[in-house]
Amino acid sequence: MGTTTAGMFFIASLIIALALAYRPLGDYMGRVYSSTTHSRPERLIYRLLGVHPEAEQSWGGYARALLAFSAVSVLAVYGLQRLQDRLPLSLGLPPVTDHIAWNTAISFVTNTNWQSYSGESTMGHLTQMAALAVQNFVSAAVGMSVAIALVRGFARARSGTVGNFWVDLVRGVLRVLLPIAFVGALVLVAGGLVQNLSAPHEVTTLTGGTQAVTGGPVASQEVIKELGTNGGGFYNVNSAHPFENAVPWTNWLQIFLILVIPFSLTRTFGRLVGQLRQGYAILAVMGVLALAGVLLTNVFELSGGATVPQAVGAAMEGKEVRFGVSNSATFGAATTLTSTGAVNSFHDSYTPFGGMMTMFNMMLGEVAPGGVGSGLYGMLVLAVITVFVAGLMVGRTPEYLGKKIRAREIKLASLYFLVTPVLVLVGTACAMGSAEQRASMLNTGPHGLSEILYAFTSASNNNGSAFAGLTVNTPWYDVALGLCMAFGRFVPIILVLALAGSLAAQSPVPESAGTLPTYRPQFVGMVVGVTLILVALTFLPALALGPIAEGLS
Amino acid sequence: MSTSALEEPAPERDGRAGGGLLDPQQLIRSLPDALKKLHPFALWRNPVMFVVEVGAAFTTVLAVLDPSVFAWAITAWLWLTVLFANLAEATAEGRGKAQAATLRKAKTDAVARRLADPADPTRWDVIRAAELRQGDHVIVEAGETIPGDGDVVEGIASVDESAITGESAPVIRESGGDRSGVTGGTKVLSDRIIVAITQKPGESFVDRMIALVEGANRQKTPNEIALNILLAALTVIFLVATVTMQPLAIYSKLVNPGVADSPALNADGVTGVVLVSLLVCLIPTTIGALLSAIGIAGMDRLVQRNVLAMSGRAVEAAGDVSTLLLDKTGTITLGNRQAAAFVPVRGVTPSELAEAAQLSSLADDTPEGRSIVVFAKQRFGLRERQPGELAHAEWVPFSAQTRMSGVNVDGREVRKGAATAVMKWVRDAGGHAAEEAGHLVDGISASGGTPLVVAERGRVLGVIHLKDVVKAGMRERFDEMRRMGIRTVMITGDNPLTAKAIADEAGVDDFLAEATPEDKLTLIKREQEGGRLVAMTGDGTNDAPALAQSDVGVAMNTGTSAAKEAGNMVDLDSNPTKLIEIVEIGKQLLITRGALTTFSIANDIAKYFAIIPAVFAAVYPGLDALNIMRLSSPQSAVLAAVIFNALVIVALIPLALRGVRYRPSSASKLLSRNLYVYGLGGVVAPFVGIKVIDLLIQLLPGMS
Repeated sequence: MGTTTAGMFFIASLIIALALAYRPLGDYMGRVYSSTTHSRPERLIYRLLGVHPEAEQSWGGYARALLAFSAVSVLAVYGLQRLQDRLPLSLGLPPVTDHIAWNTAISFVTNTNWQSYSGESTMGHLTQMAALAVQNFVSAAVGMSVAIALVRGFARARSGTVGNFWVDLVRGVLRVLLPIAFVGALVLVAGGLVQNLSAPHEVTTLTGGTQAVTGGPVASQEVIKELGTNGGGFYNVNSAHPFENAVPWTNWLQIFLILVIPFSLTRTFGRLVGQLRQGYAILAVMGVLALAGVLLTNVFELSGGATVPQAVGAAMEGKEVRFGVSNSATFGAATTLTSTGAVNSFHDSYTPFGGMMTMFNMMLGEVAPGGVGSGLYGMLVLAVITVFVAGLMVGRTPEYLGKKIRAREIKLASLYFLVTPVLVLVGTACAMGSAEQRASMLNTGPHGLSEILYAFTSASNNNGSAFAGLTVNTPWYDVALGLCMAFGRFVPIILVLALAGSLAAQSPVPESAGTLPTYRPQFVGMVVGVTLILVALTFLPALALGPIAEGLS
Repeated sequence: MSTSALEEPAPERDGRAGGGLLDPQQLIRSLPDALKKLHPFALWRNPVMFVVEVGAAFTTVLAVLDPSVFAWAITAWLWLTVLFANLAEATAEGRGKAQAATLRKAKTDAVARRLADPADPTRWDVIRAAELRQGDHVIVEAGETIPGDGDVVEGIASVDESAITGESAPVIRESGGDRSGVTGGTKVLSDRIIVAITQKPGESFVDRMIALVEGANRQKTPNEIALNILLAALTVIFLVATVTMQPLAIYSKLVNPGVADSPALNADGVTGVVLVSLLVCLIPTTIGALLSAIGIAGMDRLVQRNVLAMSGRAVEAAGDVSTLLLDKTGTITLGNRQAAAFVPVRGVTPSELAEAAQLSSLADDTPEGRSIVVFAKQRFGLRERQPGELAHAEWVPFSAQTRMSGVNVDGREVRKGAATAVMKWVRDAGGHAAEEAGHLVDGISASGGTPLVVAERGRVLGVIHLKDVVKAGMRERFDEMRRMGIRTVMITGDNPLTAKAIADEAGVDDFLAEATPEDKLTLIKREQEGGRLVAMTGDGTNDAPALAQSDVGVAMNTGTSAAKEAGNMVDLDSNPTKLIEIVEIGKQLLITRGALTTFSIANDIAKYFAIIPAVFAAVYPGLDALNIMRLSSPQSAVLAAVIFNALVIVALIPLALRGVRYRPSSASKLLSRNLYVYGLGGVVAPFVGIKVIDLLIQLLPGMS
């Protein structure tokens, strides 16, 4: 079987697996978030937190609870890193420096998992488990809860509330993420991933030198890293490390885990709004964009556009031999199409256009299918903007799922759309405008520009993957990227919750022949078109001077 | 509710909700106004064009400091872009101004004869019309101008309302009933009336009309506000995209030290002139320039159809209407029932019945009576006899007591009328009312018709079937409405049986029979609770609550001032069918906005392909591959993009004023069509346009 055929088989089998999981998982999540009963552990948690699980929150209350929870999380993660030398299982590592600790705290709480450090030589086991892995669960659950709140906004009529943040958070962790992660971790261990609490092993290398090989609770962290679209690796080289990603089928499983919740959430959406076909339409938009992203990345990598790959026969630089070009490209596309940011190969070494695809995937706003929860709410906001323009063209006040898109809704949706591009472009411009920050580039010319553009794109979109090459563990980058991550996560969340509140309060308009149908291929095509055009128009100048200039030279 | 004054069949509409033609002269006439609008404070409300103006001012400074043909050409075209936008708005307003001037003539300094005591029409004092207060009573005689809006409380008069409606035929205004409303500025032609003034000083109907058609105090409509927000957001995005490009450009120039400076790019990055050009080309100037013109023109299209919308909000709501309440009489059916069949009892020939029916109706001046005569002539060739021909005929007029009419001639007595009354008359004369006639009567009633029994003394001859006649073309229109997703509900005072028959014949979706004003109000509220927007027409005072409750309430100009006050539109032609056109205009308004927004955004793709390679191909020659239009030089590429951007505004002014063509169809079909024309067209058009402009301007000095 040729490389290309194998790669296509890999992609096709992923699609089939995702399709099989789609209905059961989507319906299950729908039941989770609309259930009225509470399990015993959940009751215990509510009692400890002092919340009434039956009490519903307005969008403002929901947002305040979410922000308060996230603020406490940032402090906890920061504290555990700074105090790790005085806590158990530190492996003798010193406290993490202040700017890295701050950056990491923001990074994991915002579901970004940008890492300006190498995991194995910076974080002890306790920090990895109690700070980072816990955030891998809760930050993912936060994203899902926001998406569910927005879906409730569409589903409810004349309602002042959008749900209860604490209930959504706890259910997301206990009923969705933990069970899947538990099974997934066991499977990954079977695939050869390590899972222990040992201190580093000293081994003698072939050349006679010694090397410390760090084990740790890798498999348990790995599974939620992908499932929660987090992406923060236990090891510096992330999923390229054999202890994190041992063999081709663990690679396959990791990609599956990355994509399964974001795609299935569209089924949950269809269930909760009572029109499955609306969920399918959103799924179709995500599917078209994702498939295009994956295939184009594969095409660019397999055709190896640049000089060196052509000379050596394949674009293998920065890729693992055990995965090969195609499976690395597919992983690269999946990780940037979602807000995962895990890597099994180095995007910096991709062909110029392949590297551009990873950037473009993120610039889409990570909506195809995007992060857990964040992908769905991002896509719904894009659908709202599309409905607005398209709805005008059918001669009615635009409405989506029976809710009118009026000045307030379009204001929130527009602001949502503004936040990330502004952070990316302003951040990149600030870095590029300063000779000192440019010094962090590994390469010069358009490729160096791409490194910086990638860093800000990744941070602002809460992806967390790195182009590599760029030295980012400096105070300036830690602070700047940390701010991008924080604003890129929480400003959109507040806007989405406000949108949810404003939609929930409306009374729905009944559907008629004059209503724009939002479940037909026509609408799917429009959302794809609007997304591509808006993103292309926003980022074309920057891309032209980075990857496009490099690729066309 | 009364019958409308102007009985009109549904007008033939060929161009649908088309619009007036654009007169090129109008553009030139609007130029001074357009120049006035260059004032920054005037432009401040339009963020997109404000950014263009600031950019134009900035390039002017740059061109003065470092003059070149290129810089001045760009500067000139940037100013023209702003000017063209103003021109669009001024032209739209100009059309209203002409209308306002005509209206002002009606606002002469009329004097009023104010009664000291409303009950005593002999004592008055003469004051200026402007001093009239609400509740004053004035007396107006033939030849005088009515000094203010109000209701006739005493008398009847014919009034010339041409100043407002443009209709020269006089109309009757009388106290009581639904034709009591009079408008200030109109002229009494005959008789004398006493009018109770209902307007506040300075807030007369004509005052409001003038303000409306001039577009003064024009409030942005909800949709316009929402669209403005989106446009502002896009402007911010492109502002950020162009400004943040600068450090990247400086860096790119820095790492390619061998490349010579160009008019587009030097060591300080992209030159100011080119940067502003790129920004102006990217921000949605097309829709930004035309947005307010579209709104004004939408109102104006209504005015041209003799409908006054009291707010733009109402026009927009018309596009959203999902339930249309239509009065049966005058809207769906012609005003009156008409004879549709003569059904004889056994033993009577049809022509025998027809002859008797005609005879009994000759002196019957009601429309029903006339229709019987006409039907007898059309179907049975019976010559219409004049009542005078039958010299010794004794005509028996209809009375509420007898409930029948007829004639006694040559010893023959013929009667026609309500079934029970005529049957009784037959029985009283010793005849016996055939059971068969009873069945016929019941059959006609059951089918929704009105039976009139015709009889001779002692003998029933047969039954006349009177039915409501649905106006021509109504069924097609309601089918269209259904395709547009609008539910039509017929309102009638008839019994449910009759109502259902007519509803079925006309093809409306639903009906409300035996409707009282309260029923109507309840129906509207129920529809609105379901999230539907409701439109209706009305003219009577008892319609006022429903008019006020409905989202689009169109009051007939012939109606009472209470009705006109309650509705948010007034139809000067008093044609209830016009509601359908109003809905179309409302939709057209939104479609035009959406189509031009799509066009505007789609345009940007080509502009990037023109400007990005023009600026950066010098440092990265590979980027020349993006120059797919093969534009001749960087300068001509940038200038061509800017010129195209400006010219497309002018080219689209007629479309903005006329509105995008609208044909009733389902949302999906409409969207497909508009997407092809304005989406795909918007992508392709600038590629062609910019290339053509480039071919023309490449020969100019300073373009290479």
